[in-house]
Amino acid sequence: MLLVFLVVVAVAVIRVRDLFAAAMLFAIYSLLTAALFTVLDAGDVALTEAAVGAGISTILVLAVLTLAQRQEHPAPGHNLLALAVVLVTGAGLLYATLDLPEFGNPNNPVHGHVGSYYTEHTYEDMGIPNMVAAVLASYRSIDTLGEAFVIFTAALGVFALLSVRPPGRRARERDGEDDP
Amino acid sequence: MRENGILRVVARFVIPLILLFALYVQFHGEYSPGGGFQAGVLFAAGWILFVLIYGLDAALRVIPERLMYVLSALGVLLYCLVGLAGVALGGHFLDFYPLLSDPHAAQQAGIILVELGVGITVASVIMLVFTLFARRRSWWDQVDAAEEEEGR
Repeated sequence: MLLVFLVVVAVAVIRVRDLFAAAMLFAIYSLLTAALFTVLDAGDVALTEAAVGAGISTILVLAVLTLAQRQEHPAPGHNLLALAVVLVTGAGLLYATLDLPEFGNPNNPVHGHVGSYYTEHTYEDMGIPNMVAAVLASYRSIDTLGEAFVIFTAALGVFALLSVRPPGRRARERDGEDDP
Repeated sequence: MRENGILRVVARFVIPLILLFALYVQFHGEYSPGGGFQAGVLFAAGWILFVLIYGLDAALRVIPERLMYVLSALGVLLYCLVGLAGVALGGHFLDFYPLLSDPHAAQQAGIILVELGVGITVASVIMLVFTLFARRRSWWDQVDAAEEEEGR
């Protein structure tokens, strides 16, 4: 049922031309995904999806929308090259799925890798019940350090782009920037 | 803004709860769902709600922009320093076992410190990005008003 809602919302996001409505639909999409993760018992991921996807990213998109126009520019004609690229990539990905291991087979690589080690040894290694936190912060803490640096870099990027005082309206119109 | 009376009263109740929940998620990440990243986002969300209702200037008086820059770097530095502390005490980088004599306590301390670093970085970065976007709009209006003044 949730998956059906997800598909409906995804199609609606593509169809709608009002960017404000699109932002709201994306928030609904994230909330549905969070519900889906809750159903799948993935509390950490659900919490992240609800807070980041439905909350912060929606607010940031709305903040950007105050700087841009509300309606999407209709694209004239069809971009055949883009269609060809999408079709070729999609066909390649579909072909690649043939090499994936059989669905639900207990001998799949995903079941024989470090996952079973984590489930068996987390408590005696760490003494904490939340396996996700143990994997993120201790077993694979260098990955998480990289993520923290990615976030920090994002802040530096936004700072570099937006901390300069903008030109006046006339200069903006001359440069062809969108005027709200 | 008198007309936002209901919003202001509701926000006064809700914002402390959001911040408290963020701190709970931060410091109980190893027992229940959550961790530094989610806590940082929640904390920033509470602050953004404050901005939306009381305005950017009031919010920047609570947490100045300069502090956000410092904190965002400090969080990552805290993470690195915890890693280097493991090296200094005779382990590998980001190895928590040498930190304390009891292995479980050492792991918990390491995880909490590292998650605190992530939380500080995430919260300050999101607040910073929102501030930069929100101020852009008011800058546009200021510059436009100044130009109109000039043109007249």
